[in-house]
Amino acid sequence: MKVTDLFKEGKFVVSAEVGPPKGFHIEEMIEDAKKYLTHVDAINVTDNQSSVMRLGSLAVCIALKNEGFNPIFQMTCRDRNRIALESDLLSAAMFGIDNVLALTGDYTKLGDHPGAKPVFDLDSVSLLYTMGLLEQGKDLGGQDIEGEPPTFAKGAVVSPCSDSLDAQLVKMERKIKAGAQFFQTQAVFDSERYIKFAEIAKKEFDVPIQLGIIIPKNAGMCNFMNNNVAGIAIPAEIIDELKADKERAKAGITGTEIAARIIRDCKDYCQGVHIMTLGWEDKIPALMEQAGL
Amino acid sequence: MLITELKSKESIDALLGAKAFIINCFGCKEVSFPEEEAKALQKELCDAGKVTGILTMDYICNPDNLKLQLENFKAEADEADTVLVFSCGVGVQTVADFFSGKKVFAACDTYRLPGFQGVTPQEFDCDQCGMCFLNGTGGICPITACSKSLVNGQCGGAKNGKCEVDPEMDCGWERIQKRLEKLGKIDILKNAPVQIRDYSTDDATKECKESE
Ligand code: SF4
Ligand code: SF4
Repeated sequence: MKVTDLFKEGKFVVSAEVGPPKGFHIEEMIEDAKKYLTHVDAINVTDNQSSVMRLGSLAVCIALKNEGFNPIFQMTCRDRNRIALESDLLSAAMFGIDNVLALTGDYTKLGDHPGAKPVFDLDSVSLLYTMGLLEQGKDLGGQDIEGEPPTFAKGAVVSPCSDSLDAQLVKMERKIKAGAQFFQTQAVFDSERYIKFAEIAKKEFDVPIQLGIIIPKNAGMCNFMNNNVAGIAIPAEIIDELKADKERAKAGITGTEIAARIIRDCKDYCQGVHIMTLGWEDKIPALMEQAGL
Repeated sequence: MLITELKSKESIDALLGAKAFIINCFGCKEVSFPEEEAKALQKELCDAGKVTGILTMDYICNPDNLKLQLENFKAEADEADTVLVFSCGVGVQTVADFFSGKKVFAACDTYRLPGFQGVTPQEFDCDQCGMCFLNGTGGICPITACSKSLVNGQCGGAKNGKCEVDPEMDCGWERIQKRLEKLGKIDILKNAPVQIRDYSTDDATKECKESE
């Protein structure tokens, strides 16, 4: 089911994220999804995230769909040229996968195959545009698609707490002009900063935005992300909060409280949340309850 | 901009036969060349009695010039079973084309040098993409200044103005953003049509195809 239809109904859309394993056995992943993700509206499946080779996003989307979940197919432009991307979009359509999140993708050197060829034939903007072309029954080569054209809920990402916010907003505008219908954000830890972004975005563009959430695990993880992950800015107060009671932090209680608070603070400024679990799927039910979702 | 670096002594030794004729190209300002290391290595090879002669010249990538210069080194070249070329990749190919009957080897690796400022004598780089984007980017080349050669704007990877691929390198799209803002031309980028590169206009690719 297209998440764009959910937004249209005025639903506050909650999605979570799963990373396929490095292997092809997904029983455990499906079991976890059945345990913890039955109440979310959609599940993103990452595409060789951080340039680490894993089971394919589309295959896992199909498996999740077969189990009754509503998958969002993440597609990066790092590993495939335009021919392969278009072909995979048609494959997705064939399996009824109709939510696609377009990403440029991390650079190859950052992952576990640093010598791999980085493709970037298209990027997030031109991939969105390509989806729109396919929807009109055309491909990038100018040829006609046979039969009924596919339709997609076309998603994209934006980084509201980026130190290059102006450049991010320009890119967001280009994505919308290229056909993006909904956005998921990079993880937000600073509600004030997010709200500032959301107010600009609301004024400039009329597009649903899902607030990105990561449940912070401990101070070390926060410091690491602050230093190394683009678009992440974790305020010192949050780090102190995690440091205060190490046992509570370890059990995920503090992190869940922090994440729930950020969602409550920003709830009026977004049309949904997107939870990136980083292995803490089991915290999602408590998080949703505390955030009042 | 190109940077050439000497291959390792071991790998060069492995290439050589009994006698080598050496050609150096130190001429081109666009190429940063490891001249001292090359001379030291060549001295070693000479002392080992493996060298028939050394020709040092400018612009060996010009075939006519190359031919003219080689006329004075005919005996040395004939005596050698291999020709070892110290130049960028273009020079090596020119020499290989000339000596079609002899083993011609590159003694250097040639790297493109995108976007590094202050390290090299020249600030600008062009990758000959065949569809210049400079008019829409405030005169900063997105192909060479962005690690992913993105043509529709910044990726999500920039942190503190630096590129996700190399924290020493300024994010090219951050520079483009700043430049366009300064010029009051940011609307050009906002309103530009979706850009998609046409790799069939890439001259380098065409040349490779033709020579296959
Ligand atoms: S945009 Fe293309 S043609 Fe223009 S400077 Fe860059 S690589 Fe060269
Ligand atoms: S961080 Fe900047 S320079 Fe690096 S790949 Fe992304 S847009 Fe290009």
